[in-house]
Amino acid sequence: MRRHLLSAADLSLEDATLVLDTAEELAQVSERTVKKLPTLRGRTVVNLFFEDSTRTRTSFELAAKRLSADVINFSAKGSSVSKGETLKDTALTLEAMGSDAVVIRHSWSGAPANLARWIRGSVVNAGDGTHEHPTQALLDAFTMRKRLGRIEGLAVTIVGDVLHSRVARSNVLLLSTLGADVTLVAPPTLLPVGVETWPASVSYDLDAVLPKSDVVMMLRVQRERMGPSGEKATAYFPSSREYSRRYGLDVRRALALADDAIVMHPGPMVRGMEIAPEVADGVRSTIVEQVANGVSVRMAVLYLLLGGAAPAIGAPDVGFDLAPPAPLTPPAQGRATPA
Amino acid sequence: MTSYLLRDVRPYGEAAVDVRLVDGRIAEIGTGLGDGDGRVLDGAGAVLLPGLVDLHTHLREPGREDAETVETGTLAAALGGFTAVHAMANTDPVADTAGVVEQVWRLGREAGHCDVAPVGAVTVGLGGEQMAELGTMADSAARVRVFSDDGHCVSDASLMRRALEYVKAFDGVIAQHAQEPRLTVGAQMNEGVTSSMLGLTGWPAVAEEAIIARDCLLAAHVDSRLHVCHVSTAGSVELLRWAKGKGWNVTAEVTPHHLLLTDDLARSYDPVFKVNPPLRSQTDVDALREGLADGTIDCVATDHAPHALEDKEAEWGAALPGMTGLETALGIVALTMVETGRLTWRQVAERMSSTPARIGRLDDGPQPQGRPIAVGEPANLCLVDPASTWTVDPRATASRSRNTPFAGRELPARVVATFLRGRPTVLDGKPA
Repeated sequence: MRRHLLSAADLSLEDATLVLDTAEELAQVSERTVKKLPTLRGRTVVNLFFEDSTRTRTSFELAAKRLSADVINFSAKGSSVSKGETLKDTALTLEAMGSDAVVIRHSWSGAPANLARWIRGSVVNAGDGTHEHPTQALLDAFTMRKRLGRIEGLAVTIVGDVLHSRVARSNVLLLSTLGADVTLVAPPTLLPVGVETWPASVSYDLDAVLPKSDVVMMLRVQRERMGPSGEKATAYFPSSREYSRRYGLDVRRALALADDAIVMHPGPMVRGMEIAPEVADGVRSTIVEQVANGVSVRMAVLYLLLGGAAPAIGAPDVGFDLAPPAPLTPPAQGRATPA
Repeated sequence: MTSYLLRDVRPYGEAAVDVRLVDGRIAEIGTGLGDGDGRVLDGAGAVLLPGLVDLHTHLREPGREDAETVETGTLAAALGGFTAVHAMANTDPVADTAGVVEQVWRLGREAGHCDVAPVGAVTVGLGGEQMAELGTMADSAARVRVFSDDGHCVSDASLMRRALEYVKAFDGVIAQHAQEPRLTVGAQMNEGVTSSMLGLTGWPAVAEEAIIARDCLLAAHVDSRLHVCHVSTAGSVELLRWAKGKGWNVTAEVTPHHLLLTDDLARSYDPVFKVNPPLRSQTDVDALREGLADGTIDCVATDHAPHALEDKEAEWGAALPGMTGLETALGIVALTMVETGRLTWRQVAERMSSTPARIGRLDDGPQPQGRPIAVGEPANLCLVDPASTWTVDPRATASRSRNTPFAGRELPARVVATFLRGRPTVLDGKPA
């Protein structure tokens, strides 16, 4: 039985299309005066955030609330997690409280997969380490489809720190499922080993790729990748100035884009480094739209996982445990009436 | 006088004979031996091997008695057919003084399940900066001959050179955990396609191979003995083949898990598959099997690394690396090397008993290990039923920890009995 969204690879073409179509319908709710549906009334969604992320957490919170779910925000800071409680204990606690879905953000890759073994409810990955961020990829795809009318056949260029980017991983997987042609552009140090096996092309030359791009997605340059202070030898590139010069989307480079090409950024941006303010705020930019679309897409995900008698999308049950504390009863069916 | 008659057993898997053990030694080998006045065991054609010797065991005592003790670890060893294990130095306190190695050695004698040969740390506190008192540990009652900072690499080339030179005075060997630390900062699993997809920091093969190449050159330069712990990559096998071709005094071990498992298993994010060095690719597994078969890799060592539940039941990145392996080692070797026709049982005996004993210099002295099955030799033996299969159950282990990556697997070659100097430590597959 499917009940989690851990990776963009969990979504088939049909699943992904269903999420995007549902998000489109739900987006209309956000345009009403009363922005609320009763669909998930009586269901509980927990936002379990081990990393700070105001943007993503608020987006999930708003999505759940617009569907009338009860929302609990459980952040690592100020909770028992900071007192050394393990992820498993946290999971069992949330389980005991009867949560129907847990939205998890964690600094370790794979933490959502671990969590999925310990709870009965649905697990939604809201970003794990340098692994994935599937709802970001869904909102990016949603934004592309809205702006350009399609995804299949689009030339999508993803620029920057692919190595450490969960956004890039999820986007490559989802966009290839949806039939886009993805090109990754980065200095070789910021591309993962084995990237040639990914369903994407690779280039080191941004100027060569830009004129052929329908979509340019700029990734945040994580300054910590420059190496801790005094550890210059481990830096991935020589200086932020050189990075900007070779891989930044400045005004001059933006001129090379086709007329209807769009510029995306998952945020938060480093203005002036990977993207010039003029470009970020320009007409091509979808950055603010992406935020709005994030709410609709997350409403769709929660609705499709929780709204029916059985989840309509997502990953199969992992059903595997290091040491089960006690046999878990199967999830109760049909606790809410689908809209 | 205690005596046992092992009837219808096949030493090294060869012709069936009867073997009589009297007062700790092999007294008689032949066919149709009389029952005598001791106990008679019907071997029913089982394979008789010399007691296995492990060059690489973590017994966790002192310091982490919640994960393993000398008592529980050596019982697990006996159940796996071992009559001697080398206890790694990364305890708390570290085994870097005569006091700690003698404590571990004495605990082994008191437990009595198998001999415990403590490994001494190369550097004080495994810190990689100052050589520990290797000579004092060598001269202690524990008679330490193997020195290792296992878990940490002696990465400083100058310090490694000095350690290799220094142990020549007492015929010691440096057992290196080959891992270039600058290439493995934050490393979580084998660097490759899978690590990139999983977003886990890679542990590249070159980090192992660069150290092995350097250490082989150093060992040759100072004419000393180098032992390479848990070789895990195809490139390492090639380097060892090259060094041995030069006639250099280099030996190496491979773990059972590296002979079978690959990094694909990390896709589950289940930390039971997290180990250091990490599980590699199928190409590496194939090269390791070939290297063990042709003798490029001298022996199998378990790297038995028990961990408490809370250290494994965590996110992959937060979990400790390591797998238990004493009870499953022979089964995995039978599965990957014997059943595939790569090794005979006689060769298994070399790679799991006589060779590791020789590398650790346990093959002579008052209580030698790894000796052949011959009249007059100490009765350190292990009786294996190659046809009897069993399913690995983490809850049924003698180890205090359950972190076996083989849970649920069916393995061949059940250990029926183990004898330590003529005394059974295991009978009918259970503690004697």
